[in-house]
Amino acid sequence: MNSDLKTIVPGAAPGTAGNPNEEWRTALYEAAAEVFEMMVGESVSRQPEATPGAVNDTTAMVGLAGALCGVMSIRCSASSATNIASKMLGEPVQSSACIEQQLDALGEICNMVAGNFKSRIEGLREQCMLSVPTVITGQDYCLHSLADDDRIEVGLLFQGQPIILRLEVHG
Amino acid sequence: MSNIRALIVDDSSVMRKIVERCLRQAGVQLATVYEASNGAEGLAVIGNNQVDLILSDINMPVMDGLEFVKNLQSADNAKNIPIVMITTEGGEAQVTQALTLGAKGYIRKPFTPDQVKQHVVPLLRVE
Repeated sequence: MNSDLKTIVPGAAPGTAGNPNEEWRTALYEAAAEVFEMMVGESVSRQPEATPGAVNDTTAMVGLAGALCGVMSIRCSASSATNIASKMLGEPVQSSACIEQQLDALGEICNMVAGNFKSRIEGLREQCMLSVPTVITGQDYCLHSLADDDRIEVGLLFQGQPIILRLEVHG
Repeated sequence: MSNIRALIVDDSSVMRKIVERCLRQAGVQLATVYEASNGAEGLAVIGNNQVDLILSDINMPVMDGLEFVKNLQSADNAKNIPIVMITTEGGEAQVTQALTLGAKGYIRKPFTPDQVKQHVVPLLRVE
């Protein structure tokens, strides 16, 4: 990992100025808020705690490589993914008929949040590359990532429904 | 800015539709909109059609946007087509590379319709 980033990575050594986890969490939230505002045309609010029993059966992921290695993911319900796609396209998307558009929209949102996030962290914009997005549907899966050293999670509310944004960092 | 034949290259069909909508909102009268999901498909479109404007993502499978632009410069019928890159990758090195290869503009995602207008309309007026 790039030495310039050591002071702001999650789980950085004690004595570092500020709270690196909170700084990254804030950057993650701001990145997502801007993407939703500009591309979905609707604002999201920050949710302090996860909603118990929430169904998040659609997951989009983007890999990060370079100065920061890890996985950015965004999880929400299929109905939220449908709403996001509808808002982005400016026309109604039927959940059963246009699953491709829902997945495409969520993957693109994840991609833009990851790109926007890295541009907010000094040293990442130039030295960190993104993969093309991958989208998984269903809840019965277990993701095993090498990026299991640190994790930042931010809860969002979109049209009253929870969205979980997660950054897993491989230190 | 009338009867413009635009090629939009992005692996996301949703983004292609958003870019098209932004062009229309910018007052660009589109005669034809060609779509391609990667650079290789984009080159195939260029090989078979006359195009006035290209908007391309960078991070795509099969052939990325930078490779696409590089290939366009060696195609006789594509050298003078204005190209605007639209991408999440926004590092200075990448911007410089895209412009050096022949792109005329660069828009970072997320973007507003106004940003698309700002970057695209002057290119069409010049052309």
